[in-house]
Amino acid sequence: MAFTAAVITFPGSNCDRDIAVALEAVTGAAPRRIWHGDADLPSGLDFIALPGGFSYGDYLRVGAMAAKSPIMHAVVAAAERGVPVLGICNGFQILCESGLLPGVLMRNATQRFVCRTVGLEVINTASPFTAGFAKGEVIRVPVAHHDGNYFADTPTLDSLEAEDRIAFRYAAPCNGSQRDIAGVLSANGRVLGMMPHPERAMAEVAHASLGGADGRRVFESVIASLVSA
Amino acid sequence: MKVRILVRLKPGVLDPQGRAVHHSLEGMGFDAVTDVRIGRLIEMDVADGTSDSTLHSMCSGLLANTVIEDFVIEKLEPESA
Repeated sequence: MAFTAAVITFPGSNCDRDIAVALEAVTGAAPRRIWHGDADLPSGLDFIALPGGFSYGDYLRVGAMAAKSPIMHAVVAAAERGVPVLGICNGFQILCESGLLPGVLMRNATQRFVCRTVGLEVINTASPFTAGFAKGEVIRVPVAHHDGNYFADTPTLDSLEAEDRIAFRYAAPCNGSQRDIAGVLSANGRVLGMMPHPERAMAEVAHASLGGADGRRVFESVIASLVSA
Repeated sequence: MKVRILVRLKPGVLDPQGRAVHHSLEGMGFDAVTDVRIGRLIEMDVADGTSDSTLHSMCSGLLANTVIEDFVIEKLEPESA
């Protein structure tokens, strides 16, 4: 089947090529590359990725100004139509600032940049991104961020848990995130923001320290969910 | 008209930056400090007659994230007569 994906590039994105390579590896087709200043997305998209990086130099707040980029109106509209949207790292921060996901990513409580491969417990297995995992499974995916400390007020955190909207938790505390949250889903389950980088864990062939292949399953899950839909 | 926006973390929200600065002050021997919280000051020149609701929208829409931050709007110069 033809799987049409788009990768949005903001000024200061630096993982956009990594995601494009990852998507081409699992779909066999190069994704469309979209500049943040564009007003429209191509029609018929099956998937939208917001990459990691340091959009707008992290000025003001991480992700704040990218969330106001022209293309984000189209991304929000697509998400509301049910197109799966995955924001990774800075992409997660942008999704929170855009209002597509609740909460906000703050400076790591440790005050340190964290760059290592971490264990993630899979909590939700009903979303397009996580359907290929087993509930409670611990996977290994790299993180690399200074602002990954997920914060939301207690009622919001309680409702995220009650509605099964926590996709992943850190298996061990990583950055001070409330309730060790590493990835959050939208109410309809079609938008996922996560700090860890699945696009950096695409192959077992590399040395184990380079991330493994668990991240690949996030992308494979999305494709499988579209085939079965 | 000059406008000054003060953006501050809400009470109870952990401020790692403030904590680091507090730690450094203590390291310099300033034992009197009991807490440090760091916010952001934004000064803007805006057209005279800009409404309070427009200024409020700028703050809630971009300048502050009301999940974690409060903001205060101060008009520094009265609008010219």
